[in-house]
Amino acid sequence: MLKGQRGGVLRSYALIAPLFLFLLATFLLPVGMILWRSVSDPELRAALPATAAELSSWNGQGLPPAAAYAALATDLKAVDGASLASLSRRLSYENPGFRALLQSTKRKLEAAPAGAAPDLVALDPQWGANKTWQAMKRAAGPVGIYHILSALDLKRDYETGIGPARPGQALYRSIILRTFMIASTTAIIALALAFPLCAFLARQSDRVRNLLLLMVLLPFWTSILVRTTAWLALLQDRGVINTLLMDMGVIDQPMKLLYNRIGVIIALVHVMLPFMIFPLLASMRSIDPRLFRAALSLGATPFYAFRRVYLPQVMPGVMAGTLMVFVVTLGFYVTPMLVGGPGDQMISYYIALYTTGTLNWGLASSLGLILLVVTLSLYAVQNALLRRSGVGVR
Amino acid sequence: MTERPTADPAVPPIVSFRSVTKRYDPKSTVVDDLSLDIVKGEFLTLLGPSGSGKTTTLMMLAGFEWPSSGRIFMDGQDITDLPPHKRDLGVVFQSYALFPHMSVADNVAFPLAVRNVSAEEKKRRVAEALELVHLSGFGDRKPGQLSGGQQQRVALARSLVYRPRIVLMDEPLGALDKALREQMQLEIKQIHRQLGVTFVYVTHDQDEALTMSDRVAVFHEGRIQQICSPVEIYRRPRTRFVASFLGETNMLPGTVVGADGAMAEIKLANGVVLRGLAGEGIAAGKEAVLVVRPEAIPEIHAADAGGNAIEGTLLDQLFHGDHVRVRITVAGGQTVQLKLRPQACSGLPAAGETLRLSIPVEEALILA
Amino acid sequence: MQKKTTLLIASLLACTVFAAGASARDLVIVSNGGTFQEAQSNAIFKPFEKKTGIKVVEDTWDNGIGVIRTKVEGGDSGWDIVNAESEELEIACQEGLILPLDIDKLGGKDNYVSGAVHKCGIGAAIYNHVLAYDKTRVSAVPSWADFFDLKKYPGKRALRASPKTNLEFALIADGVPLADVYKVLSTPEGVDRAFAKLDTIKSSLVFWTAGGQPMQLLASGEVVMTSSFNGRVTNAINKDHKPFGIVWDKSLQTADSWVILKTSPNVDKAYELLKFAGEAEPQSHLPEVQPIGITSAKAMTMVKPELLADLPTAPENAKDVLQIDDAFWIDNIDALTARWAEWSAQ
Repeated sequence: MLKGQRGGVLRSYALIAPLFLFLLATFLLPVGMILWRSVSDPELRAALPATAAELSSWNGQGLPPAAAYAALATDLKAVDGASLASLSRRLSYENPGFRALLQSTKRKLEAAPAGAAPDLVALDPQWGANKTWQAMKRAAGPVGIYHILSALDLKRDYETGIGPARPGQALYRSIILRTFMIASTTAIIALALAFPLCAFLARQSDRVRNLLLLMVLLPFWTSILVRTTAWLALLQDRGVINTLLMDMGVIDQPMKLLYNRIGVIIALVHVMLPFMIFPLLASMRSIDPRLFRAALSLGATPFYAFRRVYLPQVMPGVMAGTLMVFVVTLGFYVTPMLVGGPGDQMISYYIALYTTGTLNWGLASSLGLILLVVTLSLYAVQNALLRRSGVGVR
Repeated sequence: MTERPTADPAVPPIVSFRSVTKRYDPKSTVVDDLSLDIVKGEFLTLLGPSGSGKTTTLMMLAGFEWPSSGRIFMDGQDITDLPPHKRDLGVVFQSYALFPHMSVADNVAFPLAVRNVSAEEKKRRVAEALELVHLSGFGDRKPGQLSGGQQQRVALARSLVYRPRIVLMDEPLGALDKALREQMQLEIKQIHRQLGVTFVYVTHDQDEALTMSDRVAVFHEGRIQQICSPVEIYRRPRTRFVASFLGETNMLPGTVVGADGAMAEIKLANGVVLRGLAGEGIAAGKEAVLVVRPEAIPEIHAADAGGNAIEGTLLDQLFHGDHVRVRITVAGGQTVQLKLRPQACSGLPAAGETLRLSIPVEEALILA
Repeated sequence: MQKKTTLLIASLLACTVFAAGASARDLVIVSNGGTFQEAQSNAIFKPFEKKTGIKVVEDTWDNGIGVIRTKVEGGDSGWDIVNAESEELEIACQEGLILPLDIDKLGGKDNYVSGAVHKCGIGAAIYNHVLAYDKTRVSAVPSWADFFDLKKYPGKRALRASPKTNLEFALIADGVPLADVYKVLSTPEGVDRAFAKLDTIKSSLVFWTAGGQPMQLLASGEVVMTSSFNGRVTNAINKDHKPFGIVWDKSLQTADSWVILKTSPNVDKAYELLKFAGEAEPQSHLPEVQPIGITSAKAMTMVKPELLADLPTAPENAKDVLQIDDAFWIDNIDALTARWAEWSAQ
């Protein structure tokens, strides 16, 4: 009996194993690697191992001990071109001048006569500045929070603590905020449009509903790129909408609908609508229409019945749809890129830029990490809200 | 309707339907020129097969359907166009229609919350209502955690808690099993007696109608066939439909050969002439049926008994414990069913033997 | 039991085939697809196959140094020669992902136009970031100074949504000589100066991201002038007969290069192909499909005259152009992108 049970358990593990392995290979591992990259800082340790060790024990204030200078001189002479190139790129995040500094220092060290202890500050006065050494220490790895702080527009200073990376400017925080604004606006508008539509669809016969749903779905089967391009044609200054409105005399100047927030929201809402419609419709269809009648018969006004009986029951659908649209929109890339202006680019644009464009994977991963953390927290909040409302307890 | 449906003309009806017709399209009339008075405090059952218009009538009263023509009055006020939430009625649906996202107590408190009843008062009345339906202590549960019977009691409590003038019930026990249904019938009847509220109850179950009601209205094809007390409707059905729809009955077709006021004589196909109470529109020469309940024939005689009798052959007899079902083929080939007390069967002849049924004149109805 | 044996044999066979494929595979060349690769295929890959009998397998990619890194990290993954952008060439070379090339085995330095020879790559295609304009709304050939002059030519302008090229254009428009552009841009004041110049037309700027957008923006009347890749403009004028103009003067030039991955098992064959690709005759056919700037110094005279006028490498067009400084951008792209993002979002 026991043996049989164990066999059953093994069999069920065997059955889910392919999916689990698939998820592991295609989702968990890549995500894990991305998260790892946001804290991994390997370049300096790889290029200048002795210096990295010295920097780790230095407190970051004033200038490092003489041993650090000696280690740097030794390391720089020994380092190969590829490692130095990687290090230069890493340190250029701190200061673009680092490549020149490292390369000229290496050249001068190699030219200097062997034996005598080289004076780095004499080779380049930048080595006599705390700023230079702090940048080196921040990159000393093998793990660090430099990239994550950068993604929050923060920087750690060993003398004054953590503060703004570029005083007065908060690029990534404003991008994150903007991303959330766009995503929540899209979700709210999609909800406002989908709600009456779904309420209508839920009451139709299967045939009518399927026909209408098909019309909703048709654009869903078209590639996002095509749909977005279609919006370009519709929204531009001499596009269909502006031409029509101007011909009708409604406006005499073309409305700015493209390359700004309006265009982005219009296109995003269009792309996202099905994600809102399906959960919403499902939850509305599961509501017994007689409940509304019951509420009326008990004396509730239609509005009261809607608010206290209908709404709480579609809430799971509203939440699911809103969260779905919100989360999917958070990661949008193509649509804002094509119909938005520079002030409408969302976080994915920058993640893509730093991943493929400038190769700053640490920063890209950190932005991704922030996005992930915020999304997961929202999901947790939604779950908690749903549990508290108690819908679905059986 | 010629008959004045009110039992006591001195008491003004709480609800009056006046020539109410409901049709969804010109071809199908669901309710046909209905006039009906509902007496304050009564338990009125609308009985009929599905599609007979009884539920539509109830829904028009609740305000979820609108008459195509005619008016509906409540306490003398025309409520035909009044929206449902202003009618101050309690409705209990077959599906219970409890709000799944609210606790039992919140469900029951819903009509009170709508009416801005104070929290204290609300609590007290919810407790009272739950007590009434024997569900004290279930207030914190969700409807999904209750059995069907319990859910229906919550629905009942919810429809009673704000003391509506009328409680409407649309086949409320339809989804319950037989034992539970019978128990609930008793409970609902008891609550009705206790509260004195007017109940309008829709069912297609004749037993339910007979056991619970003060009056029963039998619907057929959009019209009320008969409206009166359960005893009368059972013993004195006015039409063949009512006779056949309520309980078992034997119908023997024939031609009316004589009618003198309350009594008439019918000549059956085999030539036998039987006497009975005359129904509406009975006149000599008309086609009619003789209607007699299986339990109305007290005993069976051997041949040659005199009186209002018919001859037949015993087909079979089935023992049911409290009664015996006897089937007899009468002259002309029709089968008549009898329900006899077991004691009355001792002298029965064997199957195939000829015997004679005497039909008491006051238990036989001759209906057009 | 029998089933297991069959399975075993099948997988062994599969392994053998795989191993054989890996050890002696065909020469694989990777470019950017589309008409660009079609041009390369017609002019170079197919004639090379015919001439040498070496089979060439084509693949495509969408660029990104990360792709090269992953291709190289796990040993040979099936690519030999890749058409890389200049920055990818620079970084991949620094990181040792691609092989340093022996220019003498590719026909010698003098065989190529200046700027086409790199330590780790050999020029495959040259193209420019040019100024394109709508002839119906801009009467005379505009300069970058005119691009930044809203009074002279009212209307919107489009620029690429990236600091790269735009900061150069801004400084050129502000009067910085071509030779000094990167010198100025290397100082904080120079960067401020470029952004200040961009500020003057900011309200009239539209930004493009995909290469096809500039012509679409011009065609729809959204803008009067735009920056663009030269090939797109030429195609719009020649194939779609749009009333557009192209300005070669003070355009920014960059090159794609052929590189050999360090994991390539076909280095000798790769050299053979690249040598052939550098010869004048095959190169002269490159512009027939698309106006690709050619890297062979001798091929220029062999290109059909009517095609020559549209090439970035035509002497007439190459008189006054600036080579994009990849080293500068590799060091500064992060800082300047952040600044650009802040500036453009304001």
